[in-house]
Amino acid sequence: MTNTLHRYGKAESFRDDFVVFAIPSKGKSDEGCVPKLKRFLEMALPFAPVNLGDALHGGAFRPTRNANPTAHWKRDMRPDFRAVIDGVDAYTTVAAVFDRREAAEAFLEAVKQDDSGLCINISTSLEGGKQCCCAAGGARHSVGYSLGFEGGTEKLPDDQVLTLTTMCGHGMVSAGFARKMLDWVKEGRRTPEEAASYLARFCSCGVYNPSRAKRVLEEARHRPE
Amino acid sequence: MNINPAKCVACGNCTYVCTMGAIYIDPASHRATIDRDECVECYACYNGMSQEHLPPGIVRAVRGFLKRLRLRFEPEPDICPTEAFEPDELSWPRVVRRAFSDPRVPHESTGVQGRGTEEVKTNDVSGRIQRGDVGFTIEFGRPGVGVRFHQIQAMTRALAAAGVDFEPKNPVTSLMTDDKTGTIREDILGEKVLSAIVEIKVAANRTEEIIGIVHAVEKDLGTVIAIGVGARCDDDGEESTIAPILERSGYRLERAKTNAGYGRITNELRGQA
Repeated sequence: MTNTLHRYGKAESFRDDFVVFAIPSKGKSDEGCVPKLKRFLEMALPFAPVNLGDALHGGAFRPTRNANPTAHWKRDMRPDFRAVIDGVDAYTTVAAVFDRREAAEAFLEAVKQDDSGLCINISTSLEGGKQCCCAAGGARHSVGYSLGFEGGTEKLPDDQVLTLTTMCGHGMVSAGFARKMLDWVKEGRRTPEEAASYLARFCSCGVYNPSRAKRVLEEARHRPE
Repeated sequence: MNINPAKCVACGNCTYVCTMGAIYIDPASHRATIDRDECVECYACYNGMSQEHLPPGIVRAVRGFLKRLRLRFEPEPDICPTEAFEPDELSWPRVVRRAFSDPRVPHESTGVQGRGTEEVKTNDVSGRIQRGDVGFTIEFGRPGVGVRFHQIQAMTRALAAAGVDFEPKNPVTSLMTDDKTGTIREDILGEKVLSAIVEIKVAANRTEEIIGIVHAVEKDLGTVIAIGVGARCDDDGEESTIAPILERSGYRLERAKTNAGYGRITNELRGQA
């Protein structure tokens, strides 16, 4: 479901990228999981997440089926966390995305105390994940390493584009659109914040990190490809 | 996916958001057009773009007028102004494309939900990967390249020849006609999908051997691969078996997904009073 493992970048570039997600194990901890998943998301709110997600219904940045023409001049770019929480209605994976390690650690500690029985994972740098578990007061159970991209890598776009596109682990953020947003920010046609929210709307499970995207877009303005 | 030519105003927004770059403005028809062989039915265009319901005739007239003046209205980049995208009924084998490309769609064609399984994400409850085991997820096609099943089959056959067992609940495994040889059903071999994941579990001492097999196949595969390696940690939370092997194989371990170990069985046991 959520697919956060293969985000592109060096470990240091995940300093503002912490995805904490909850998943029930099918046949073992999925009965009555909906209220637990909702509570997980509710509990994240005091820790200032930058996105929330439900793999079935989407994230806090969503497209609309009924856009008003005035949206071209005045559009609400804020995340709608309540829509994510209220939308959880069946077995799914839910996620809370943070741009501060301290917030992720504190949230993880709160989730541990809640003891819902859901499987809790954190996706970030290898060391960051270890530190978060340690700070929350527990030893890691298992780890899934990303070995990065290989094979026909000549078909991949440049580093800046890859950093932006791979934050949607299902590949819904296209290289063409990421390139366009990088160009628009460079040209001053949109702010990094606006561009990040456009990108985040394409991520269908809400694990996109608009804060990291904003930083990457801002940095790209001053850096050649 | 279809684009209704009566509605499309050739604004070009969708040409950028297509994950496979399969949408272009046809110079003959002056409408956005989908290369159906390259389209993986991911629905990013339909689900990801916001929609307005403007009258196509008026939008074309305004756009045409501005174009004559060498002016261009700069709309929001993620909006289809005339709701021109229209999903079509997908039949076999094309329906496989959507099952592997649109993450919100359960694998109706395969009977499995998602592109992979729960792998280490629920390992604290499932116990799928034990100490002494290593789990591999070999993902094809992402980001933004795509993969056809004949390319995946080249890998599954090589792995099967080494005697590995494929994860039975994985969608790719469910499409094999013979999981002992890694043979995938013939009628889908030409289908292109956004990504697909092959999952295997072997003894930890076979880690380098599996990586070697993947390296040998991937160099001529024509698509991109992302390998994930799952391992059970020691009691103190360290993982001192697989990481050293990976580092010896030349990998720098930058990113990981960490199972915090808070999960437990909460379902009621069947058959108990």
